[in-house]
Amino acid sequence: MAHRVYVRVQVDVDESGKTRPLRIFWEDGRSFAVDRLLDVRRAASTKAGGQGMRYTCRVRGREIRLFEDDGRWFVEARDAAAE
Amino acid sequence: MRTILHSDLNNFYASVECVYEPSLRAVPMAVCGDPAVRHGIVLAKNMLAKRAGVQTGEAVWQAVRKCPNLKIIPPDYPKYLRFARMMKAICAEYTDAVESFGLDECWMDVTGHERGGEAIAGELRRRAREELGLTVSVGVSYNKIFAKLGSDMKKPDATTVITPENYRDRVWPLPAGDLLYVGPSTRRRLAARNIRTIGDIARSPRELLRTALGKSGEMLWVFANGLDQSPVLREGEGEAIKSVGNSTTTARDIVDDAGAHRVLMALADSVAERLRAQGLQGRTVCVSVRDCALYTTSVRHRLDHATALASEICTCAMALFRAHYRWERPVRSLGVSVSALESLEGDVQLSLFADARDRRYDLENAVGDIRRRFGHDALRRASLLGGGEIHFLKEN
Ligand SMILES: [Mg+2]
Repeated sequence: MAHRVYVRVQVDVDESGKTRPLRIFWEDGRSFAVDRLLDVRRAASTKAGGQGMRYTCRVRGREIRLFEDDGRWFVEARDAAAE
Repeated sequence: MRTILHSDLNNFYASVECVYEPSLRAVPMAVCGDPAVRHGIVLAKNMLAKRAGVQTGEAVWQAVRKCPNLKIIPPDYPKYLRFARMMKAICAEYTDAVESFGLDECWMDVTGHERGGEAIAGELRRRAREELGLTVSVGVSYNKIFAKLGSDMKKPDATTVITPENYRDRVWPLPAGDLLYVGPSTRRRLAARNIRTIGDIARSPRELLRTALGKSGEMLWVFANGLDQSPVLREGEGEAIKSVGNSTTTARDIVDDAGAHRVLMALADSVAERLRAQGLQGRTVCVSVRDCALYTTSVRHRLDHATALASEICTCAMALFRAHYRWERPVRSLGVSVSALESLEGDVQLSLFADARDRRYDLENAVGDIRRRFGHDALRRASLLGGGEIHFLKEN
């Protein structure tokens, strides 16, 4: 299983209102640029619970699923016990 | 014959809570009004609590006595409202005739929709699961009453189809109290006359029900015999219809004009059929396009004459699409609607093309008639058949 980690994100909103995440800020102070946006759709997070617009992003060669849920953003993080 | 869907989100409040806290699925859980107060009541419960005998509407202390390890969650209405709106938005992608019944239920009129009622039901279920994390049960029938009964018959995450052929077997054995508007007092009055099932109501003389229960008795007789004609009301109106529209999300993104044309043709077909079924025609054609980044555009054009012809609606829709869509991204969803409506009858079009148009109306009416009698797939436009690539989502 996984849990939700709410994160700070930097986003771009264009003239049409379309939102695009640019950078994700981790709680330890590191931040990662979103290299590519692979998919956008409304989805429930089956791994971590929660629901929202799901932005599947490529970040440092890895696929990250970033959710926007009612104005807050979260990522799915693996539970410590599972690692 | 109409195609009416009734969708019902299962254990709505409790299910929304489980979306946010999946561990709640493993324990008996109930959403209860003000759990701090011992007199709070159970508003919704999950499957495990249901199995322990917990009932919606009972006092928290009663529920806890039945199920001592019941996890009690306070309600979060803004969150439920948000999910209800999202579900409704999904339904509205298939038809503009979506009538809410409470927060978690709605009817949809999808008569003439290219995909057919059962396939749309399957898609609503899949999309509720994937997009919202919720399950929905759907009844598919030819009137609102049977559609609602259908959504109650099998849950969670199930489709029940009730047809003119099977309603006597499927609906009539159900207790009279399952019928819409039959509350405890009506049920008692019916039972006093030995009317206990929906079939008992249907087989009773209409007169007898009128005598026993007045006008509402007659209404129940109409319901039980599958004769209810009440329309699915559009959002916020019981009065006149302002537009007729259909839209569709395709299984694979549309990548070229030919693909868009096939989808627009199918949508125009369905819109035209619904317009004519309601004796309407319209002057304004509107096309909405949602690309794969979920950005929606909508453009409209006013024709110089009103129409209920699929061919004319499609031509206008395609011209709008070509003129306004620049293919920056593939298309995920398309919609066509016709507004500025007027009555089809009594409209004498004295245009140069009147004769040709009359013949086309005859043709399209004939097509509609064949579809009504032999099913929607009996006749398909040639442009929908070719092309190899199947754009419409097939139910898995
Ligand atoms: Mg429900």
